[in-house]
Amino acid sequence: MNQRHHEADDPHSLVLRLAADEPLVLESGASLAPVQIAYQTYGTLNAARTNAILICHALTGDQHVANVHPVTGKAGWWISMVGPGKPIDTDRFFVICSNVIGGCMGSSGPASTDPKTGEAFATAFPVLTISDMVRAQARLIDHLGIETLLAVVGGSMGGMQVLAWASLFPGRVFAAMPIASAAKHSAQNIAFHEVGRQAVMADPEWRRGRYQQEGARPVKGLAVARMAAHITYLSEPALQRKFGRKLQDREAPTFSFDADFQVESYLRHQGISFVERFDANSYLYLTRAMDYFDLAADNGGSLGAAFRNTRTRFCLVSFTSDWLFPTTDSRQIVHALNAAGASVSFVEIESDKGHDAFLLEEPNLFATTRGFLNAAATARGIPGGAA
Amino acid sequence: MSSEALRSDYRLVSEMVRPGTRVLDVGCGDGELLAFLAQHKQVDARGIEISRGGVAACVAKGLAVIQGDADTDLADYPDDCFDYVILSQTIQATRNPKIVLEQMLRIGRNAIVSFPNFGHWRIRTHLMFNGRMPVTENLPDTWYNTPNIHFCTIRDFVALADELQARIVRADALDAAGKPVGVKMPWWFWNMMGEQGIFWLARQGDRT
Repeated sequence: MNQRHHEADDPHSLVLRLAADEPLVLESGASLAPVQIAYQTYGTLNAARTNAILICHALTGDQHVANVHPVTGKAGWWISMVGPGKPIDTDRFFVICSNVIGGCMGSSGPASTDPKTGEAFATAFPVLTISDMVRAQARLIDHLGIETLLAVVGGSMGGMQVLAWASLFPGRVFAAMPIASAAKHSAQNIAFHEVGRQAVMADPEWRRGRYQQEGARPVKGLAVARMAAHITYLSEPALQRKFGRKLQDREAPTFSFDADFQVESYLRHQGISFVERFDANSYLYLTRAMDYFDLAADNGGSLGAAFRNTRTRFCLVSFTSDWLFPTTDSRQIVHALNAAGASVSFVEIESDKGHDAFLLEEPNLFATTRGFLNAAATARGIPGGAA
Repeated sequence: MSSEALRSDYRLVSEMVRPGTRVLDVGCGDGELLAFLAQHKQVDARGIEISRGGVAACVAKGLAVIQGDADTDLADYPDDCFDYVILSQTIQATRNPKIVLEQMLRIGRNAIVSFPNFGHWRIRTHLMFNGRMPVTENLPDTWYNTPNIHFCTIRDFVALADELQARIVRADALDAAGKPVGVKMPWWFWNMMGEQGIFWLARQGDRT
């Protein structure tokens, strides 16, 4: 059993185990029990339990926001955003991030061992939705003794969870910050996800999902899925600036199908390093959950109805060059929140880095996040945080 | 912030706003007026601002402000969702001032508009004696780079309010020092002596 499979059952994280008599009833009607939720925390929960911020990770993220990753050995994925003195300041706030259910870093998912069979669930794991992930997180927040979160923050799929949190548990979310996200997954985005899933399933090593049982690894399929997806996280100008038509360690084209161009070599590297830390079946389940996300449809076709009478304060952020979750997606949410009379801020940040911008050094994102969270903390009477 | 430190036109605007109401400031800049109204009038303060820097400054103050454009984004708001919609020193920079004003009176029961008065005597004499587009301390841009594409005079604004069948609840003209030119003066006098006009409009028939 390799390190990644080890993480699925016995992660290097705090773990909440919900017993068999506390099942998680899923949107599909299926129920999941027992359930395991792996999470990390940073900072200290204050006595009044009012300074907790939940971070929701994106499709291929995990709970290791601001610590060294146990599999890759790399720094946490949002180390520039979260930490002492950072925009999400762990000196002031108690920060929680859990691996989503369906994930592969210690929360129940297709790579987890099914207690009934003693084997990995694989495709026997029930199909999930974003709301299912959020209901599982709510169990964790219950367990931590927190009634109302100061803020729920996340980008991309994390932003979908933020929106679902605000809609399902409005009284438990004081402030919500969906970044580079949308209230529904677009046809184009579903299409890209389907390409990724088909790549995984076309790999003969996928073995109808039973690769773990059969000692196989669908690394090629998952790597291709990651390569295709990675292009959608960037922008044409960013690719041009970074790579252009530059050749990789050679003076002239080789007239072969070797990775002549730097951009090819880069994508291959992205694909290969991804399969080291991610489970192929998890990729199928999580992309599917995003595809199913449509908050308006869940509320009788009206996005405004998803936020009716909300008292949550919202701050939305989009990036100019993000074509996967474009500004129009964020504006649609802003429009609905206005119609619902909600307190909402929105800023579109100029960046040529595409969808990935939310994970990168973006001073304007940092300033907006810091300002919004500090203002929310002040409004909630949390001491500290000199301006 | 004390009310003395507030810009004189902001001070007048804040006098017009009843405490505890819902206010939208269109073109709210760095949120100075909104923050003042939130603190001193306990209003539910919302804003629209076109510049990223302005929005960021507002968000840091805890204000709910959307990056947007008066010309396009007012249409997104439902009817009657605000008690006051404020437009400070911005109407002359909009592409379609009439539609902006209509939208303001649709989404809010009251509209408060302040603008530089192009009928001020200094501007008139500048044009008369220099024969060139006026450049003054308050309006320092030249004709080819000014964001102000729809200048009007106080009398022009009164005519537009009439055309929209808006009721003028209160009007003031401020001189160069930001002092009111004088209550109960005829329009022609204000139009000569006011550097800026501040109008409180309501829908015909609405009682405030």
